Amino acid sequence: MGNDVRQAPPRGALHHLLGHPTDLSGHIDAHGPLAVALGRHESWQAALGANLEASGLLGRGGGGFPSATKLALARAHGDGGTLVVNGMEGEPASDKDKVLLTRAPHLVLDGAQFLAAACRARRVVVCVPAGRDGVATAVLHAISERSSARYARVSEVIVRPPDRFVAGEESALTNWIDSQTALPVFRPDKGVPLRIGKRAALVHNAETLAHVALIARNGPEPFLARGMAEEPGTCLITIGGAVAQPGVVEIERGTPLRDIVRLGTPVESFQALLVGGYGGSWVGPDDFGTPYASIPLRAIGAGAGVGVIIALGATGCGVAETARITRYLAGQSAGQCGPCVFGLPAIADDLARLAGGQSDPGLMTRLQRRLGQVNGRGACRHPDGAVSLVRSALSVFRADVAAHERGEPCGQWHRPSPLRFPGPTAR
Amino acid sequence: MTTVRITIDPVACDAYGYCAELLPEAIVLDEWGYPIVDGRPLPADLVAAARRAARDCPRRAIRLTLKSSAG
Repeated sequence: MGNDVRQAPPRGALHHLLGHPTDLSGHIDAHGPLAVALGRHESWQAALGANLEASGLLGRGGGGFPSATKLALARAHGDGGTLVVNGMEGEPASDKDKVLLTRAPHLVLDGAQFLAAACRARRVVVCVPAGRDGVATAVLHAISERSSARYARVSEVIVRPPDRFVAGEESALTNWIDSQTALPVFRPDKGVPLRIGKRAALVHNAETLAHVALIARNGPEPFLARGMAEEPGTCLITIGGAVAQPGVVEIERGTPLRDIVRLGTPVESFQALLVGGYGGSWVGPDDFGTPYASIPLRAIGAGAGVGVIIALGATGCGVAETARITRYLAGQSAGQCGPCVFGLPAIADDLARLAGGQSDPGLMTRLQRRLGQVNGRGACRHPDGAVSLVRSALSVFRADVAAHERGEPCGQWHRPSPLRFPGPTAR
Repeated sequence: MTTVRITIDPVACDAYGYCAELLPEAIVLDEWGYPIVDGRPLPADLVAAARRAARDCPRRAIRLTLKSSAG
C-alpha cells in the first residue's frame, strides 16, 4: 500500500496546516475574507457538506469519525447550537493542537465558523485546558483581533476546562460547558447528538477544523492531492521518545511509520513504536513499514488514534514503559465506572510486578482475564485505550515479557522514564 | 419478533450485585462485583427475570432495549 503515497506532491496550492500567518492581517492576505452564508442558505450549507464528504476528511482527535457524517448529524438536529473547538489535547505525548492553536489560530477558528454556519450554530466555544496559558493567550489574541475587525460571523469565546486526560472526551466537554462537570456521559446510542442545554453541540478537534477551513475555501482537490487515495490529506504527528528532534511534523496520510520517525532523527536504532498515544498500540519492527492511515494500521491491530509516534530505543524496556503508562492512565480515570476505577489499577499492579521482576505463577492468566473484563465496559473509551496498549505490549515485547515472568531483573524499571507524564496523576 | 437486550449504565452501577442473583443466566460479576453482560439478545424465557432485575436495581443501572425485527 506504500505505493499509493504520492512521493512528490506538486508545488503550488498545496493543502498544508503548518506555516500559515499567525496574525489576522497576514491570514486575510493569504486566504481572503471569511465567506460564509449565515441563516437558511441551504445550497451553501449543502455545498460545504458535499465538499467535506468529497474530501473524505476524518476527525483528527482520535476517533477518526468522518467529519461530513458528523456535520450531517448536527444539521439534522436544529438551529442555534454550539460549535465546540476541542483544544484539550489531554494526551500527554501530543503537542499538535497546542502548536496549531498557537501558530495558526485563525485557521482553526475559521473552520469553526464554516461549520457553525453550516449547521446554523449560534456560537463558537474554544476549549483550552486551565493552566495551558500560552495556548489560551494566543487564542484570546486571535479572537480579539477577529472581534475588532468584525471578521467572525458568530461569537467566539474561550473556556478553560480542567486539564485532565478524559476532560477532552467530547461528552465530558459538553457536560462541562453545560454544568461545569468534566465527566464523560454514558451514551449507549452515539447517533444521538450531544447537547448543551437543549441545543445540539458539534464537537470537533482543533486540527480537524483547520482542515475544514482549507477545504471550505479551496474545495476538496488540494486535500485529495495529498496522502493516499483511500485516505487523503495531511495530518499532524507529534514525534517523541528516542529521537534528537522531538516535535510536531505534518505528514501525508499513508507515510510509512519508519519514515515519520526519521523526521525526528532517531538517536539509536529503535525496537518498537508506540502509535496513537498512550491509549494506542505498540508496533514491532516487522510492521515499521506500515502506512500511517486508519485501514493499514487497523490491519496490524493498531490505530491512527491521536497523531503520536514514540520511538522506544534499543536500550529501553517495553514492559517497564507500558507499566508506567498504564499506571498513569489508571490515575487519569474519571472515577465513574467500576471496571475502570478498579480494573485499571489492578492491571497496572500486575504490570508493575512483572516489570519489577516480582511475577507470580498466576500473574499472566490474571492479567489476561482482567484485560478481557475491562475492555468496553466504561462510559467512555478510556479503559479500552489502556487495554489496547497492554495487549499490544504483551505481543510486541513477548520475549521481554517471558524474561520478566522468569524474574530476570530489568534495569529500566528503576531508571527515569524517557516518556512524558504530567504530574500529579492522582485524582 | 422483538428482541430484548440488557445494557448496564456503568456510571450509575455501584456493584450491588442483585442483578447477578436474579438473572445468573445472563449476568455474571467481575472480580470487583460489577456486572458483565454479553450484549446478545435475551432468550424469551429470561425476559421476565430481566425486567425484575432492572426494576430491583437500587441504582436503576439496568436498561432493557427492545428491538423489533422482521421474522
